[in-house]
Parts: sequence; C-alpha cells; structure tokens
Amino acid sequence: MSDGRPAANLGKDLVGLEPLSGDQILTILDTAEPFKEISERQIKKVPVLRGQTIVNLFFEPSTRTRISFEFAEKRLSADTVNVSATGSSVEKGETLVDTARNLEAMRIDMVVMRHGAAGAAQFLGDRISSNVINAGDGQHEHPTQALLDLLTLRDEFGGLDDLRVCIVGDILHSRVARSNIWGLLRVGADVAVCGPQTLIPRGLEELGVKVFPHIETAIEWCEALYVLRLQLERMNAGFVPSLQEYNRVYGVTSERLDRSDDEIPILHPGPMNRGVEIDSDVADGPHSLILPQVTNGVAVRMAVLYLLSGGEPEKADAAKEGEA
Amino acid sequence: MRPTLIRGGRLLDPSRSLDEAGDLLIEDGKIASVGGRITGPDGAEEVDASDLVVAPAFIDLHVHFREPGEEHKETIRTGAAAAAAGGFAEVWAMPNTDPPVDNPAAVGFVRAEGERARRSRVEPIGAASREQAGEQMTEVGELVSAGAVGISDDGRPIENSRLMRRLLEYTQAFGIPVIQHAEDTELSGHGVMNEGVVSTALGLEGIPNASEAAMVARDLLLAELTGGHLHVCHVSTRQSVELIRRAKEEGVPVTAEVTPHHLALTEEAVRDYRTEAKMHPPLRTEEDRAAVREGLAEGVLDLIATDHAPHHYEEKEREFDDAPFGIVGLETALGVGVESLVRTGVLTLSELVDRMACAPARAMDLPGGTLRRGAPADVVLFDPNESWTVDPSSFESKAANTPFAGDELTGRVHRTIVDGRTRYRAEPDDRDAN
Repeated sequence: MSDGRPAANLGKDLVGLEPLSGDQILTILDTAEPFKEISERQIKKVPVLRGQTIVNLFFEPSTRTRISFEFAEKRLSADTVNVSATGSSVEKGETLVDTARNLEAMRIDMVVMRHGAAGAAQFLGDRISSNVINAGDGQHEHPTQALLDLLTLRDEFGGLDDLRVCIVGDILHSRVARSNIWGLLRVGADVAVCGPQTLIPRGLEELGVKVFPHIETAIEWCEALYVLRLQLERMNAGFVPSLQEYNRVYGVTSERLDRSDDEIPILHPGPMNRGVEIDSDVADGPHSLILPQVTNGVAVRMAVLYLLSGGEPEKADAAKEGEA
Repeated sequence: MRPTLIRGGRLLDPSRSLDEAGDLLIEDGKIASVGGRITGPDGAEEVDASDLVVAPAFIDLHVHFREPGEEHKETIRTGAAAAAAGGFAEVWAMPNTDPPVDNPAAVGFVRAEGERARRSRVEPIGAASREQAGEQMTEVGELVSAGAVGISDDGRPIENSRLMRRLLEYTQAFGIPVIQHAEDTELSGHGVMNEGVVSTALGLEGIPNASEAAMVARDLLLAELTGGHLHVCHVSTRQSVELIRRAKEEGVPVTAEVTPHHLALTEEAVRDYRTEAKMHPPLRTEEDRAAVREGLAEGVLDLIATDHAPHHYEEKEREFDDAPFGIVGLETALGVGVESLVRTGVLTLSELVDRMACAPARAMDLPGGTLRRGAPADVVLFDPNESWTVDPSSFESKAANTPFAGDELTGRVHRTIVDGRTRYRAEPDDRDAN
C-alpha cells in the first residue's frame, strides 16, 4: 500500500494530527503493519532503536499510554527513563522551559510527553532539538491515540475513505476527540460528533464535522461508534445534571445498537465508566474493538518512534530484523 | 522656560479641523501661536519639523504601570518613558497594583512618582472598590482630592450590580467617570482566548462574546438609570458596539475605548500558542474586528486606548494557560494605528489623531488634545510615512510582550512635548544627518 507514497517526513516532532496530511497519516499506519508482528513473537525485541535514549515525561498520571509507549520503546531496544511529575523537579516548581533545557543538556534523543496544558508539546518541541512526541497535551491533541484508532478502524473496514465515524460524548474537553477528528478528516472519512450541547465545542461544523444532538440518529448514520469517557468532574462543573441522566440520554447500550440494521463496531480510548457512557454488554460484546485498540497502540507507537528517528517507511520490515 | 518654535511642519489639529503647513510657537508651557510663518522670540529653541506632522500629543486613558508591587514588570518611570516615546503627553494609570490604589496616599504616590519621571503626565485612576474586591465603595471624594481622575476596578469587572449603580450615582458629584472592564466572569470561566473554531482547534478554553456584551448591556442600563458617566474599556465584540451605538442614540452618558490590538488583530494571532497574543478581552474574530473598526470610524467607540499591560518575559515564556493576560502598547500605538487603520482606509490620518488625542480629551473634558492657542503645549511630532521594524529590545518600557515584534509598521514618533517641555526625542537618524 505504501508503494509510490513518499517517505513520511513527519518533521522533528509529532505534536498532533492537525498539521499532518492524509498521506503522512497513512504512511504511519502502513509503517505500523510490520511492527505488529514483533509483539506476537516469543522474544519481543528488535534492534531498531538500539543506543537511542528516550525520556517518558509524564506530568499527568497515565497508565495505558505510558505503558504502551514504554513497551514500544523497549521492544525497539531503546534506553528509556520514566519521569513523572510527582517527586521530580517539576513538583519543586521547575518551569517547562527549564525542564526542556535540562533535557537538552543530557543529550536525549526523544521525549514522549504528557502534560496538562494545551500547547505544551509544541512549546517543548520548539525549544529542544530532540524529537518530541505528544502523549496528550491538555485538551489539544493525543495523536498516537488517534493513530491507533485509525489503524484499528482500517483493520476492521479495510479502508478509511468515506467511512462514517461518530464520536460520542464529551468532545469539548477531549484531546482524543480532537486528534480523531483531524485524523479522520485528513484520511477522507466522514466525521460526526454526538453529545449534550454543553460538551460540544463551537465551530466544529466549520471544520466539516456533523453534529448529532441525539444518539439514536447518530447510530442510524454511522458505521463505527467512538465512545468517549465522561468524567465525573463534568457533572460537578454543571455540564450535565447527573451521570444517570447522561446514561439514559447518551449512553451506548445494546438496546440502542440493536435498533440499527447494521452491526456497529465500538471503540473507546479507555478507561471506561461502565454504566455511564457505555454499558458492559456493549464493551464486552462481539463488536467491541476496545482490546484490539490497545494491541495496535504498541505497533503504532513503534512506527512513530521509528519514523521520527529517521527510519524510512519502506525499510521498516528490514529494519526490525536488524538489516537496515 | 525657553520658548520653542516648531518650524515648517504639517499642522494637524482635528479639534479645529486644521491641516496646513505652518509654524507653532510654545511659550510658558502653552501653545502661544499656531499657523503661518511665525517669527520666534529671542532665545527660542527652533525645531525643524519639515516632513513631520505636528499634532496634539496623544492621551492614553488606559495603562498599567505595575508600581507599587510588580516593579519587575514596569515602573511608573519606565512606563512614563514608554508613553513619551509613543507620543503620549498624558496617560491614565490603572489602580490594579499590589496593593491596589484604593486610598489617597497611594493616589498621591502614583502622581508624585509620575512627576519625578519627568516624561508623560501620569494621572492616577483610583480603585472603585476597596482592595478591588468588588464589595465596598472606595472613598471616592478623598481619591479625587488626592488627584484621581476616574475610578475603576480594571483587571476585573465591577460585577455587583448594586455597587455599580451606587458608583455611577456617587461619582457624579465629583465629575469623574466610572471606568469599567466589562466582563461576566462566570461566563468567561477559565477561558484564555476567544471562544470559537480556533479555541476548539487549540484545545484552549474559550471566552464567548456574550461575556463582555452581557456586562456592557447591564452597565448601559445602569448608566441610563443613574445618569452617571460610564466609560467602557477595551471594547472587543460586535455585540458591544451595537449596544453602545443604541445607547448613545438614546442619549445614555457613555464613552468607550478600543485598543490598537483589537483593531489590528484577530484570534488567528493566538495560533501556535503565542502568549504574546494573550490578553483580556481576547482577540476576536474578523467580524468583531470589522465591527470595532466601523464603530471607531463612526464615533460609536470614542477613542483608542492601549491597555498597555507589561509582563516580565519569563511570565510569558510558559504554557498558554499559565501565561498572564496582557500586552504592551504605548510604543507601537501610532505605528499600528497608521498601519492597520489609515493604510487600510478605515480612518484618515486626521481621524486617527483625533481618536488618539482629541477624543480622549473630549471624553474626559481635559484641557489637552488640541493645538488651540492657550492650551497646554502637548505636542507630538511624527513622520506618518516612515516605516520601522518593531524591536522590543529597544523599548523604553521594561517589558517586551508584544505580538507586533518584528512587524514593519508605518508612522514613527520623533518628538513628544509635554507642557512645553520636550520629553522624548527619537535617536537622530539619517534624515537628521542630511
């Protein structure tokens, strides 16, 4: 599939999917394909990033994303260090600028960063020569999550062009939603969102995104449903009156899905609030892609690490066998 | 004081619809003679103003000089120097310092420090509420006796409707305006930029237009109710312009200002998380920019004020959410005005001078803002055609936080005269050498 497609040339950093082209995104997905197989081996390690040092800099708690990156890095033989905000110099009041300068001084090859402020990844990337990979910056973007979602959808449907995907839930506060919206738009999918108007940011229609106020019509329209986590804080901040009402009006239930003629695959970035945005029988049901998403996360992150380190997309297969 | 004779300039005084070549004589701090060929008295300093506009010096009703309390950002001295460099004879300093200017001693301090600076006149605005907490009225009469020219809680709004009503009533006896930063802070939430497609893309919390306009609407109703002079700060939205237009048609005693940056820029300037473009109220959309430009041209918005808000570079060199609001404006005001208003045909040069010098004087009933004989000799000499590149490191201000850094602007101040004394002179350039 990558034949004739130009080298990814992602630039130095992966800050988000908004600045990428459809071709660049598809190249990452194509590059992830050969890396999938590494995780199925008995000995899950290849020498692609041998001698490279990577810092996983997590200013916000994360289990899934951090572990997924760490596996991706280790399976590519990189040397990794994990830094979390608690107990580090960050807690002592160090600014992001100073953190960046210190990392630079230690000659790090790559930084994977999760940060609570939108724009933090770009801020860091603009100030250090190491590659920066955004593992989530505030409500801005979470590009590797969207890439693994796109890979999972492509595995399921065989292609992404004209695929109708609806994202349900708290779009306003979601970096996952933003990255998915950009990613899906860039590769030619049709994108819709659905949720209470209080949680739909303004201006989405201008980007070419449909907005469904009712989950029933969204289910009628879409071929795949992407369910977002509804955080308890949103209720306390008055965006929705209660989690119970949210479940009644917007919850993805088998009853609602059964009304559709088609079988609709379900994605969720985790962690789930069972019984709030998604019912257990849907999450654990035959059309759930939630665990394949997690598996694909490692492959996609390997691909991103490989490409940013200067690897060529078409040589990924050879590289992982130590031949390139 | 030595007389000053300004020779051969283009005399531009919108207050008298004057636009002609001629001389201007200053004696004893006043305008002594205007127009034609003037024979100077013995010992007069002669200033060659050929190719320069000679106009009433500008008046900025909205600056933050940070002293006392945040002298690392700006002091009254550096602020006053920046004002003089920008062509301003007079600036009104907001009281949101640390501690705030909410008592007569503090008002006296600002005034005295301004006089010691010997640059532009610095006129203190007193706090509207004690500690700017928005609850209890300050001793307005005492503040005015000490030299306050208006009251405001700027930096934050006067949100309590009853307090706002009382202030609009009580201030009338003292002939000063209530200067309001119009914002419904509940609607603003933790917003850091305009709410719209750009905030959605950047993942930043937005501030809707209604946050400003809702408060403007309330204040206009209270000004109508009380007859007190309401001055609306930094109008940024189409809706506010429409509300003020309607209120003025009905005779409500309101004046309003708009900043150079809201006239020049839109929310697009925030892209790439540029903290130099983060301010209150936020940069808005193209539609809003068009509306404030039109409002200024029509006189619905009376005047231009910079909302000069200096910050230390470290404070702006951070995550967008955590960077403080505000940008400096004194030393770029004329250039931004010429570039974004005159060269685009929104205003004539005469109208720009009016909005920066005459209109503030009219709005606040000040003696300056005119070249009329007998008026205070507040005069600016500028080259309306000279282009220059904004280099914040050369600012007189302590701060460099401007979104116009590196931009090429047109219109450069050569000399600022305050009460008859030259308080700023541009570095001699090639033109002077010739």
